[in-house]
Amino acid sequence: MSIRNVDQSGLLMVNSKLDPNSNKNDLLALYRYMLLIRRFEEKSAEMYALAKIAGFLHLYIGQEAVAVGCIHAIRPDDYVIASYRDHGHCLAKGSDPKKVMAELFGKATGLCKGKGGSMHLIDVERHFMGGYAIVGGHLPLAVGLAFASRYRKEDRVVLCFFGDGAVPSGHTHEAFNLAALWKLPVIFICENNRYGMGTPVEREMLLYKDIAERARAHGIESEQVDGMDVLAVKELTARVVKKMRKDPQPFFIEASTYRFMGHSMSDPAHGHYRTKEEVGEARKQDPLIFLKTRILQDGLANEADFKQMDKEVIQTVTESVKFADESPFPDPGALHEDVLVE
Amino acid sequence: MLISYREALNQAMREEMQRDSRVFLIGEEVGYYQGAFKVSKGFVEEFGVERVLDTPITEAGFTGLAVGAAMAGLRPIVELMTFNFGILALDQIVNNAAKVRYMSGGQLSAPMVIRGPGSAAHQLAAQHSQSLEAWFCHVPGLKVIAPATPSDAKGLLKSAIRDENPVIFIEAQLLYGTKGEVPDHDYSLPIGKAAVTRTGSDVTIVAYSKMALLALEAAEALSKEGINAEVIDLRTLKPLDTDTLLESVKKTGRVVIVEEGWEFCGLGAQIAETIYSKGFDLLDGPIVRVAGEEVPMPYTRPLEDLAIPDAARVISAVKKNL
Ligand SMILES: Cc1ncc(C[n+]2csc(CCOP(=O)(O)OP(=O)(O)O)c2C)c(N)n1
Repeated sequence: MSIRNVDQSGLLMVNSKLDPNSNKNDLLALYRYMLLIRRFEEKSAEMYALAKIAGFLHLYIGQEAVAVGCIHAIRPDDYVIASYRDHGHCLAKGSDPKKVMAELFGKATGLCKGKGGSMHLIDVERHFMGGYAIVGGHLPLAVGLAFASRYRKEDRVVLCFFGDGAVPSGHTHEAFNLAALWKLPVIFICENNRYGMGTPVEREMLLYKDIAERARAHGIESEQVDGMDVLAVKELTARVVKKMRKDPQPFFIEASTYRFMGHSMSDPAHGHYRTKEEVGEARKQDPLIFLKTRILQDGLANEADFKQMDKEVIQTVTESVKFADESPFPDPGALHEDVLVE
Repeated sequence: MLISYREALNQAMREEMQRDSRVFLIGEEVGYYQGAFKVSKGFVEEFGVERVLDTPITEAGFTGLAVGAAMAGLRPIVELMTFNFGILALDQIVNNAAKVRYMSGGQLSAPMVIRGPGSAAHQLAAQHSQSLEAWFCHVPGLKVIAPATPSDAKGLLKSAIRDENPVIFIEAQLLYGTKGEVPDHDYSLPIGKAAVTRTGSDVTIVAYSKMALLALEAAEALSKEGINAEVIDLRTLKPLDTDTLLESVKKTGRVVIVEEGWEFCGLGAQIAETIYSKGFDLLDGPIVRVAGEEVPMPYTRPLEDLAIPDAARVISAVKKNL
């Protein structure tokens, strides 16, 4: 089963030349961020197995190109908001991996002092407004952030990430309707990884073939993109954002992607709802390999450069684990802190 | 000046919107229609459609939008046409507004007011006559206010709008037309402070919102029989003003709690527990509760009257207690 609605064969696309205008450093930065997310999450899985991390842990492995492509097309002061599968978005927005790992460990030094955990990473300094665990529930928040931008006459935009499973929700449609009605600068990014937990998208929505149709029904322009191709994702987002800053209008992006791991750590990589073969096929479309191949083919970097980069990223992740591990748990007194603004 | 509860709310919002450009009003029919209960009369003319936003009938959507806007630094006032429809926005209120501060380790908060009419009016039947304040009181991260008089409504709504937290502000639908003296000067009332609206020595009647007025009515009737009741209007349900409660019980030794909401897991249970655990020695007898009947609100008037506490029930509860 192909996960792309663009081109069946990844290789064909890899053969295409990179945009000659792309800056080599930009491409490497995109790759580095995807790699950071990948290595960070591989390490989180390990830490979960060691019971250093608990609760629900939803890995983003396989979907890195979506967060990185979109977030690298916006300004640091633009808002990003996501669902519980939020490590990738948070790291792509520039949060310190040490603080993110410490948050997963539940430590006082975590982004949210250990009170949010994996599903609620929030980094206000970086305008990462959080991960939210109620499916569809954060879409109205995204619209509110966009509303605040318009209210203050700023040109800030909002990227709102969610899964295919959130599309049928009432919150989602109310959010679409309000954003369209009030012409608010929010990009709804549906990361269609083909499954909501164990339910394939065909069983979530009748007429699933075109998810974007749902946004169009609310008067929202939309486009599909190959969510395994970080450059395509970035190019589309940049184009939309440029227009949106001048002429606020919501936009809907459906990024076709795939999660290589289970729904959460309590779920094996394939589970009962999909086959090993399917996951294996999807892995051939790995967004990291995809970009790497293009960079190599165009001679912008060589294997040694990639090795070096991997070494550095692994070092960063190792340090984040060390930091998290050595950090203290919150004091008991923290239990009652931050319930209300005093 | 003598103004209605409705006008008092209108003044509070108007003055706060004049004072702080971050404050905006959002909800169904708040603009051109001037509010389903005409609380936002004249607002569109004064503040424009950018700050007085008529929404489609999407409680979850616009409440969530307001939460997001509050997270981004604005000060939304959400008007729910009634709190019965607030049930559709419960996820946004409970899971987002009330939680974002804690989940973010103090980085974010949702400073906003969610207000509108609650409890029963006349013969609106089961889906339009509910007192749901206990639901909100149950959730950490929310403050809950239910004023009974125009001056309290104005002073507390101003404080609610200025508060850095999400505040649930429940206005009893039947009170909108009631009148009262409201100070002419700019004032606000502290959240979390109850009012002793009648002093007495024999029994403490604790109530809030519409029932606080009922309690006064019952107390007046009782005084004719030589029973001297003290009445406490809680005004703020959460945080609860335990000090004022205990102060009164110290004097009277007896407590009757009146609420319009359902008895089981109702606010009265919490108030009684608070008094038992903190002031057991002050009591001369068990606390008596008067509450709404354990039924969905019937439409027909004779049954509706039976479902809601009235002065006679309060009076007999007091007598039972003495
Ligand atoms: C309102 C709600 N119902 C159910 C759940 C349990 N749940 C958590 S994730 C999930 C699947 C969501 O799938 P999707 O939106 O496609 O996101 P993905 O996990 O694929 O990133 C479900 C059912 C929930 N968190 N919220």
